[in-house]
Amino acid sequence: MSGAVGLGRFLGGLLRRPLALVSLLWLLAVVFCALFPAVVTSRDPLEQDLLASLQGPSAAHPLGTDRLGQDLLSRLVHGGASTLWGVLVATVVSVVIGVALGLVAGYLGGFVDAITVRIAELLFAIPGVIILLVVFAVFPNNVTAAMVTFGVLLASGLIRVVRSATMSVRQELFVAAARVSGLSDARILYRHVLPRLTSLVIVQAALIAAFALVTQAGLAFLGFGPPPPQPSWGGLVEEARGVVVQAPWALVPPGAAIALTVLAFSLLGDAVRDAATQSWSSTKLVRRTARPRASSPGDTDESPAPEKTLLSVRHLSIAIPLRSATGDRALTTVVDDVSFDISPGEVVGLVGESGCGKSVTALSVLGLTPGGGSITGGSCLFAGTDLVRASARQWGEVRGRGIGFVAQEPMVSLDPTVRAGAQLAEAVRRHTKVSRREARQRAVDLLRSVRLPDPADVARRYPHQMSGGMAQRVAIAFALAGSPSLLIADEPTTALDVTVQAEILALLRTLSRERGMAVLMVTHDWGVVAELCDRAIVMYAGQIVEACTVDSIFAQPRHPYTAGLLRSDPHRVVDGERLPTIAGTVPAPTEWPTGCRFADRCDLAITDCRRAPVQLSDSGPAHVARCLRSDDLLLQTVPT
Amino acid sequence: MGRLVARRLLWGVPMLLVVSFFSFLLVSLVPGDPARSVLGPLAPQEQVDKLHQQMGLDRPLLEQYLGWLGDAARGDLGTSLVTGTGVGQLLTPRLPATLSLIIPATLTAALLGIALGVASAVRGGVLGRLVDVLSMLGLAVPGFWLALVLVSWFAVRWQLFPATGYTAFADSPVEWLRSLVLPVAAASLGAVTAVAKQTRDSMLDALNRDFVRVMQANGLSRRSIVYRHALRNAAIPVVSVLGVICASLLGAAVLVENIFGLPGLGSGAAQAAVQHDIPLLQGTVIYFTLIVIVVGLVVDVCHAGLDPKVRTT
Repeated sequence: MSGAVGLGRFLGGLLRRPLALVSLLWLLAVVFCALFPAVVTSRDPLEQDLLASLQGPSAAHPLGTDRLGQDLLSRLVHGGASTLWGVLVATVVSVVIGVALGLVAGYLGGFVDAITVRIAELLFAIPGVIILLVVFAVFPNNVTAAMVTFGVLLASGLIRVVRSATMSVRQELFVAAARVSGLSDARILYRHVLPRLTSLVIVQAALIAAFALVTQAGLAFLGFGPPPPQPSWGGLVEEARGVVVQAPWALVPPGAAIALTVLAFSLLGDAVRDAATQSWSSTKLVRRTARPRASSPGDTDESPAPEKTLLSVRHLSIAIPLRSATGDRALTTVVDDVSFDISPGEVVGLVGESGCGKSVTALSVLGLTPGGGSITGGSCLFAGTDLVRASARQWGEVRGRGIGFVAQEPMVSLDPTVRAGAQLAEAVRRHTKVSRREARQRAVDLLRSVRLPDPADVARRYPHQMSGGMAQRVAIAFALAGSPSLLIADEPTTALDVTVQAEILALLRTLSRERGMAVLMVTHDWGVVAELCDRAIVMYAGQIVEACTVDSIFAQPRHPYTAGLLRSDPHRVVDGERLPTIAGTVPAPTEWPTGCRFADRCDLAITDCRRAPVQLSDSGPAHVARCLRSDDLLLQTVPT
Repeated sequence: MGRLVARRLLWGVPMLLVVSFFSFLLVSLVPGDPARSVLGPLAPQEQVDKLHQQMGLDRPLLEQYLGWLGDAARGDLGTSLVTGTGVGQLLTPRLPATLSLIIPATLTAALLGIALGVASAVRGGVLGRLVDVLSMLGLAVPGFWLALVLVSWFAVRWQLFPATGYTAFADSPVEWLRSLVLPVAAASLGAVTAVAKQTRDSMLDALNRDFVRVMQANGLSRRSIVYRHALRNAAIPVVSVLGVICASLLGAAVLVENIFGLPGLGSGAAQAAVQHDIPLLQGTVIYFTLIVIVVGLVVDVCHAGLDPKVRTT
């Protein structure tokens, strides 16, 4: 294991965060004061000077004095030891119990796990502070006994976290392999599982320490700390309480010491968590009106859309903030100068491997560019409205009523807390002015129109009570609620069983014919294209590389990428033969070459291919391809 | 739903058993004679012996516990060592003050916390950072310290609210309210910020679900997506956190009741601990545990209302 390297990198990451560094330094300072109070202040915390009582800060007493004239700085510094001791005891006890029980329960599972979960649940529910009062009643002023008890009570959170993390690590292959190779359970836990849990444990331990500190101070405040006149932080707050009218200042030093130390613990915990997860938050809720960031080229369009076109996309470019190889996040073009048309009633397939920009293009047409990205240029004309510059009101007309949308994963495209009928009725009421009753009726009609055998029953179901195929039919019904003239379907069959896939495709084809509804089908599956589409648009690395009718793309692909994809289509391979694949992977948007983006994976690539960007050119009737060697490809692929 | 309630109530039984046994066990762990430790080193030996017998310490632990349990099942939680009064008689009158503190504090935490959390999740930016800073402060600033600051400003300096004392609701609803403003404020600051942070996190999580995109793409109104669909999904973990907070407010009640002189279970427990009144403390443990069980029940019912998966399985 690379434990040392991991720790080094981890510490390095931590130190790059200024707040974490300050927190760490503060905690070190506090610990130093607690261990060597005499180095910090020469005054005795118990030395009384009644002539100098209740003074504010001065040179002699930097934090002032209390009622007995004792030096507050000295009392604060000396009081740190008992306070921190309690925190240390509670945290260590918690971590030992939590990690041990969590590891064992998560690793062994079964009965042991069930018992441990129950214990954790119980510990969690026990009212902690009152138990501590019982401890103090029988062990007067015994901070250690109280904090051991508190540590036990606080262990439940750690037990749970460690348990579930252990379970997921155990599932992973390398542990399975370690088991096969005969390492003992204890060694597997120690060598493989424990290192993975380090940051989780640190995060939890920081939380426990913070909580223990506040609780310990509170109890000392109530008089259950070290016996007076020994100082403790909570006790100092209690002493300040007695003089709060004459000297409110005395509240500040102990309050600040407690608050800053708790803050340091939790900031440190947060920093560890962030360093471990590196998550970046963005939501799928897109701003009210997503406006293009860059100025888009004017309407100087060399190829105006034909009159009867429904959707006309011209020179659409889209950028998304991405992390490049150097680790910086920069706005990166992921869809580059894409143009295509869809006529009313036409079914168009948008094809390519994942990472080619198909889904981003489809979502951007709806103004829902994912990942915090935006359209940086081009236009997108739908039934006379330029969607790139659409206002909120225009979007209200287009989304649902003009264009419907079906997503890939049916089970998560529906709100899990709402019945199918209610969800559909809401969409119906949004698009047409009808009564609630009427909307409910129409919801059932919609469910019938997607060929669900018992629509009234489905309307009463929640998503978790549906099968995948049923949920996808409901999702399609949802998209049909506003009777759109274009349906955008983002891989609507990928997540489904093969038999269900065929049914959904058949349904989409029927719906498209019945309603004269155009469909933009995002897919990587040639079976879907062959089954459903009139025309195919092939995308590679953010560009369209080929577009033509389905018949001619299957007969005569004019781009080596299309040809490669077709060859590697599992539907077209004879049983028992090895499935041909295209070597290599789609280059990341940050690493697109200047010339042909497919050249590195292409058998036909020549020097010219890499020299300059290749243009999309006519390659037959209603057939365009972005390839210098289309004609050579044609010679190569003699139809079988 | 009935099954859910029944299951939660059944789960309360082992919990009460374990918690009460735990508090018995603690007493038996004391080195030497617990009666001596209760009365202090200066008490005469015969007094200690008398208490030893009174507490039943001459019997084996399990026998002591079972005896106590039998009495408790009949509603007799023993008698206070200090006043000689029945524990139940002492504790029940203290219930209203505690509930008057923790219920309003939980509601404040729910309303303010959810509002702040949703606003910061939807708006992001400055508001999001504000919630971050507030939640850090809420965690860091100890409630009892804040209570003292509130007293010194709002009660001593500006005299807007009483510094200490409690008026029963039945006596004067207005005074009851005035006597609770500062305690509730002190107790709920940490709770508000904890709820705000949880709400923001689960709201961001909910807004990142696929159904949000699908609903937006199909033209549902933004308001409905955020406040009906996303919020409802986000509320499920928030309710759990509210349950935890409500239970942890019992701990805060010990301090806050003490500072504001509220005659509740918490200040009573602190006093009992000072006086080593072990039967009274064990009774308080039972009362607190019962409150925790009720809170768990309320959380379960809320979950069932919000999450059909809980309701239908």
